[in-house]
Amino acid sequence: MFLLLVPGLAYFLVFHYGALVGNVIAFKEYVPFDGIWRSPWVGLGNFQRMFEDGEFWHAVFNTLWIAVLQLVFYFPVPLALALLLHSLTWSTVRRFVQSVTYLPHFISWVIVVALFQQVLGDTGMVNSYLGDAGLSTVDIIGNPDAFKPLTVLQVIWKDAGWGTIIFLAALSQVDEQQYEAAAIDGAGPWLRFWHVTLPAIRPVIVLLLILRLGDILSVGFEQMLLQRDSVGPGAAEIIDTFVYYQGIVGGDYGFAAAAGLFKGLVGALLVYAANKVAHRLGEQGVYR
Amino acid sequence: MSAHVRPGWMETPRPVTQAGKAVALVVVVLLVCVPFLVILSTSLASQREVVANGGWVLWPQDPTLKAYRDILDGGIVTHALGVSAGVTVVGTLLSLACTVTLAYALSRPGVFGGRPVLLLILFTFLFPPGMIPNYLLVKELGLLDSYASLVLPVLVNVFNLVVLRGFFQGIPEELYEAARLDGAGDLRILWSIVLPLSKAALAVVGLFYAVGYWNSWFYASLYLESDHWPLQQVLRTYVIAGTGLTDTTTGEGTVNAPQTIQMAVLVIATVPILLLYPFLQKYFTKGVLTGAIKS
Repeated sequence: MFLLLVPGLAYFLVFHYGALVGNVIAFKEYVPFDGIWRSPWVGLGNFQRMFEDGEFWHAVFNTLWIAVLQLVFYFPVPLALALLLHSLTWSTVRRFVQSVTYLPHFISWVIVVALFQQVLGDTGMVNSYLGDAGLSTVDIIGNPDAFKPLTVLQVIWKDAGWGTIIFLAALSQVDEQQYEAAAIDGAGPWLRFWHVTLPAIRPVIVLLLILRLGDILSVGFEQMLLQRDSVGPGAAEIIDTFVYYQGIVGGDYGFAAAAGLFKGLVGALLVYAANKVAHRLGEQGVYR
Repeated sequence: MSAHVRPGWMETPRPVTQAGKAVALVVVVLLVCVPFLVILSTSLASQREVVANGGWVLWPQDPTLKAYRDILDGGIVTHALGVSAGVTVVGTLLSLACTVTLAYALSRPGVFGGRPVLLLILFTFLFPPGMIPNYLLVKELGLLDSYASLVLPVLVNVFNLVVLRGFFQGIPEELYEAARLDGAGDLRILWSIVLPLSKAALAVVGLFYAVGYWNSWFYASLYLESDHWPLQQVLRTYVIAGTGLTDTTTGEGTVNAPQTIQMAVLVIATVPILLLYPFLQKYFTKGVLTGAIKS
């Protein structure tokens, strides 16, 4: 039986723990010829440079700002869509709409970005309709000022449908008799929503918020990388793209790894802290 | 299952509410479908029509498959399609094999090393190593510019592992005992009892892996030279970055509007997902995922 563990375990040891150990490069100055091990140590030098680097803090700011925008404008959308779907009594329609809205989750970011260019770009569908109607066109694609809201729209289009799954699962767990009892006691749809539905799905909402807060330093790396060229680093540089451009493109591996390691450590702390807070609030949390 | 049943206690909604819901649903469905329709239509339209309409078409007057014939006639896109298909098939099979064996071993009580291994794996979920160490590792292993670099570093996905392990744990203990009494070993039990009972979960996990490999482009851009690129990375370069495509694929760039060709590549990259999707759908209903999420 232990033999069955071996291939999978080997994968995790080599490609996760092996790479994890490779983080020592964050404390070194990478010399390609010498490789990770023989490159000279620089102590915390890379971290010191990072903390003094305005571009790094700008990337942190962009990351947090996009994450907050997503939290405010994306997070409620799957919940609202799930409530709408759950309220449908015609199951054929419900299943059809579910199927359609789950689909974009499986489409690659490359295609999603291309689709948005096609629909919202200068010569795209929306702008040519607006132009034909004599209205002013919208300048969204390639406009640094509109970039952050655009990324939220893209995330909504891609993942709002998929995000309903977990809410729908929670909604389907609510005991039908509670609704019936409430209705008999004279509670209308809103009161039933407030006193039956909401308390029932609150743990799921809290859980998802914790997960999102723990992961707040990650906002769609592929999504940003694909569009960074068209709007520039001022609008689209996030921590992950900063690491990519400093390290892979710029060849400053030690410095980039330091930024990546900083993100990993803070991220792990955030997950841990969010979990603690959830326990304090009497919720179940992620780790028991 | 009968459609359209309203419980007795629920009041009949007002017409305004119903109309509002209907409008919302139609808008949601159109928002998802129309972009796909636009790329499909544009890819099927003639160059003249696309140019006359300013770069896109909602419904082609005179549909033609010319753009598809051009890009599938050898050249970069044809090669990239082959790479994507190969990586997807081989990668999915390897990933499934490793995930299944690992999930099975971790799902049985009392396996030597089971508990520490599980904790070791879950920890990687909390603390991923990061992009730079990953890149340097692939480089030091000598995997640069090999197709293995697209598969090995992402071989087992923790979420898929947890889904399968949860599913295996749900198989009644009596079945294991009965098989053991009949003299079956661990591998035999996995092959003849566990796997046949887990078809739905295997299908979902396999499709997740397949979609992941098909959609992957970043690792290709990181590790591979451009003549080995899979379809998504080609798409990224030629459609999003807007580098010319017609010249290199057909040698006669003037015949077809680049737009129709770009859209044809987009369609070709999307179609396999659309083909797999009904199967994915079929197994969602079995509650594989919701069961896993709850655990």
